[in-house]
Amino acid sequence: MATSEADVGGRAAGEHKQGLYSGGLWSWLTTVDHKRIGVLYFVTGLVFMLVAGLEAQAIRLQLARPEQRLLDPEFYNQLFTMHGTTMVFFAGMPLIIAFFNFIVPLQIGARDVAFPRLNAFSYWLLLFSGLFLYSSFFFGGAPDGGWFAYTPLTNRQYSPGMGMDFYVLALLLSGIGSIAGGVNFLVTIVNMRAPGMKFMRLPLFTWMALLVSILILLSFPPFTIGLVFMFFDRSFGTHFYDAAAGADPVLWQHLFWVFGHPEVYILVLPAFGVVSDVIPTFSRKPLFGYPVVVFSGILIAFLGFGVWVHHMFAVGLGPIVNAVFGGATMLVAIPTGIKIFNWIATMWGGQLRFKPAMLFAIGLLGIFTIGGLSGVMHASPPADLQQTDTYFVVAHFHYVLIGGTVFGLFAGFYYWFPKATGKMLNEGLGKAHFWLTLIAMNLTFFPIHFSGLLGQPRRTFTYAEGLGLDTFNLISTIGAFLFTLAFVPLIWNLWYAWRRGRPAGPNPWDAPTIEWTTSSPPPHYNFAVIPRVDRRDPLWHPHIKPGLGWAGEAEPGGVFPRVQPDDAPEPIVMPNPSYWPLVMALGLSLATIGGLGSLPLVFTGVALALLGLFGWAFEPAEGGH
Amino acid sequence: MGLFFAAVAVAACGGTYPQSALDPSSDFAGRLDGLFMQIFWWAVGVFVLVEGVLLYTVFRWREDPARGRPPEVHGHVLMEIGWTVIPALILVAIAIPTIRTIFLVDRPTADPDALVVEVTGRQWWWEFTYPELGITTANEMHIPLGRTVDLRLRSADVIHSFWVPRLGGKRDVVPGRENQLWFRPDSVGVFWGQCAEYCGTAHALMGLRVLVDAPADFEAWVTTNRSNAARPADSEARAGQGVFMANACVSCHEIRGTGARGQLGPDLTHVGSRLTIGAGLLDNNLENLIRWIDSTQVVKPGTLMPEVDLTESQIQQLAAYLLGLR
Repeated sequence: MATSEADVGGRAAGEHKQGLYSGGLWSWLTTVDHKRIGVLYFVTGLVFMLVAGLEAQAIRLQLARPEQRLLDPEFYNQLFTMHGTTMVFFAGMPLIIAFFNFIVPLQIGARDVAFPRLNAFSYWLLLFSGLFLYSSFFFGGAPDGGWFAYTPLTNRQYSPGMGMDFYVLALLLSGIGSIAGGVNFLVTIVNMRAPGMKFMRLPLFTWMALLVSILILLSFPPFTIGLVFMFFDRSFGTHFYDAAAGADPVLWQHLFWVFGHPEVYILVLPAFGVVSDVIPTFSRKPLFGYPVVVFSGILIAFLGFGVWVHHMFAVGLGPIVNAVFGGATMLVAIPTGIKIFNWIATMWGGQLRFKPAMLFAIGLLGIFTIGGLSGVMHASPPADLQQTDTYFVVAHFHYVLIGGTVFGLFAGFYYWFPKATGKMLNEGLGKAHFWLTLIAMNLTFFPIHFSGLLGQPRRTFTYAEGLGLDTFNLISTIGAFLFTLAFVPLIWNLWYAWRRGRPAGPNPWDAPTIEWTTSSPPPHYNFAVIPRVDRRDPLWHPHIKPGLGWAGEAEPGGVFPRVQPDDAPEPIVMPNPSYWPLVMALGLSLATIGGLGSLPLVFTGVALALLGLFGWAFEPAEGGH
Repeated sequence: MGLFFAAVAVAACGGTYPQSALDPSSDFAGRLDGLFMQIFWWAVGVFVLVEGVLLYTVFRWREDPARGRPPEVHGHVLMEIGWTVIPALILVAIAIPTIRTIFLVDRPTADPDALVVEVTGRQWWWEFTYPELGITTANEMHIPLGRTVDLRLRSADVIHSFWVPRLGGKRDVVPGRENQLWFRPDSVGVFWGQCAEYCGTAHALMGLRVLVDAPADFEAWVTTNRSNAARPADSEARAGQGVFMANACVSCHEIRGTGARGQLGPDLTHVGSRLTIGAGLLDNNLENLIRWIDSTQVVKPGTLMPEVDLTESQIQQLAAYLLGLR
């Protein structure tokens, strides 16, 4: 290997020279660069989101008028099952992991994640499990037991088709990738922070990524156990959930929701993190009450494990259980409220610049508040006896997940797009996207608060004309179509940026955190020299203290450099590209397909996975020096 | 938006919504509604406050170069305490009536005179059995005004949820468990309900009706329903009975006083007196009965009742027979 420039990581240097987005298919299949994996996650998540969005469109079309029979009920049931499952596992989580991948190492001053090949492995599992799940449409029908898959409806007797087998196996497979991702980001954030980047100096987005990694690690195992039980019940005739054999089907509900509720915070805390970074930047003020915002995030994550029974208030678990879980659920409102007030206080007295990222962040505050308040309504178990499993709850969690997760992710998208691509998006199109989304979202989901309270249960393919719910449903359907249209300016904007986007420069927003010191898009190794951090918003204080500079400098300069130098003063060791994660993921995916009933396929898959594991283990992890 | 919400909520009490949770007609539903409205008004207050402050902040502090760079403010301890304590107090104000209500509605009824009705959820219809009265019926539950009913909820297959919003909140119907739900209706009328836990293909069509009768009317209903099935009144109905007994119908349905002893489907002893057929799906009349028997799987896709191969006139006769079972 040559010297100087080429020292930037052996083969990895070649990848860098090609640029983040160039390079052939092979370079994408073998990449271990967190930024490229982030882009893969993003594109995959976006495609699944559009697919699940179209499923929702079909659902709303069927519900536009009472007693319609446009869609066959069985197909309708598949659609809402796939809509929910896709949005949670194959759109929401991948988009969040996409942001973790791209942004977290940049925010903590690292050159990659702790386990780059494991990172690639997680992505391939996600992609293959998603494709596997969707292939069910061609093999006798998609899962139709709801994303929550309550037994005994989902056991072999009441769901004899293969749909639920696809559900169980796909989620087991993607769960492996999610847990691996959780480990990866936890280790990365704990161990790979730049010098001086103490925990209480972490940007809020990274803080929330840390919490979410912990949530993933703690919540996916019970779900995995639940899925394994379900797989055994369906495939081997065991009786983990079989009431006739003396077991209790409610066990599944506990295992599902002790995962399912933290999952909601897995989806929403990263959005809170984005907003906590976006609002200060576009207010030109530091985050108000940083430690309070951090600790309220920790509190939300902690409480998230103590509230799962609020999905089960109608099960009949008794007054004491319901009172305890009702109280715990109400407690969640306190740290959530604290965050909202701190964000408003951050804006107070600031210089607010209404760029699209800021608009979506403000939108989150307004919309999420509505979802939070309706959440308090069904935190009260007696009130929930009327609301649970109705469209009121559907309205609630769409306000939370669209108002929270989606608005937050859009804010993050507009905020970091220049960093990720080096191009500026069109501001007008971004604003059009925001306003359309805001209007469409409310038009779709506000009316169904009423239809729920007035007697429309969830997961019903139609409703009687006599219920008087026509108008609410019709408005909601119109809103849903507008919602689809709202994606047009977004797609147009991507095209615009690609063709005519202005160069972004390292820091187009005058943002304060260190991801904005490096070029846009960042080089393969992110930072030519690792910054030394002595405060939360170093870029707003480039000359505050002597001794601040790049880590490893023999004589630290007196100025925090706003822009990374072009050349690395010393060799940088970067991980090699590797195809072994792909091989191992393919092996596990084959074994999963075999789980549908082919033992030879299981063995083949396991053999391939073991081969991948060996290749992985004996491959030199790092090139260069 | 909050006011809009309130306006619609008030309008919703008008009575054009037979399945409204906002129009209670029993002690039980009344308590849920009272609690909900209490929380609702707190929420409206917080909504107006938060959104108001948010909008004011956004307009007041929009970019203005004349103001220069904002001063650095990192927090304020008293404010943090304020917006922690005040929401906590509001939650306490909500939690107290909540817990009171929980210990009322999540416990069995204390009323010793309560009328026990056993409710069995089945894919995709409801069975009601009155153990004290020796009556079994389907999809329509008659109860007397002014007396507490004590429902014992069981499932014959998957999880369902019993929900008649104007009388009581949801209670899941879980295999292997017996759940209880009670309420005392405070006006006569027909109350709509339907299954609220997703239970498979025809979940959307698993409706029910609760008929709250004046005590005398209820007594009359009891007398009628304890008796065996009426004999066919005319030749067409007699022919219909023959069709019923000679075909697959008998293997699933019971008609007391005849040879039909099936237990898988609804008891049809007095089916002619019901308001609806197909679990709240269609008005009960000759035309709909014919439609139901003729194309069951079209009217209610997924239903476990097969389409029996009958001629048009046989179906006509069968429908006439069933309608005569009053």
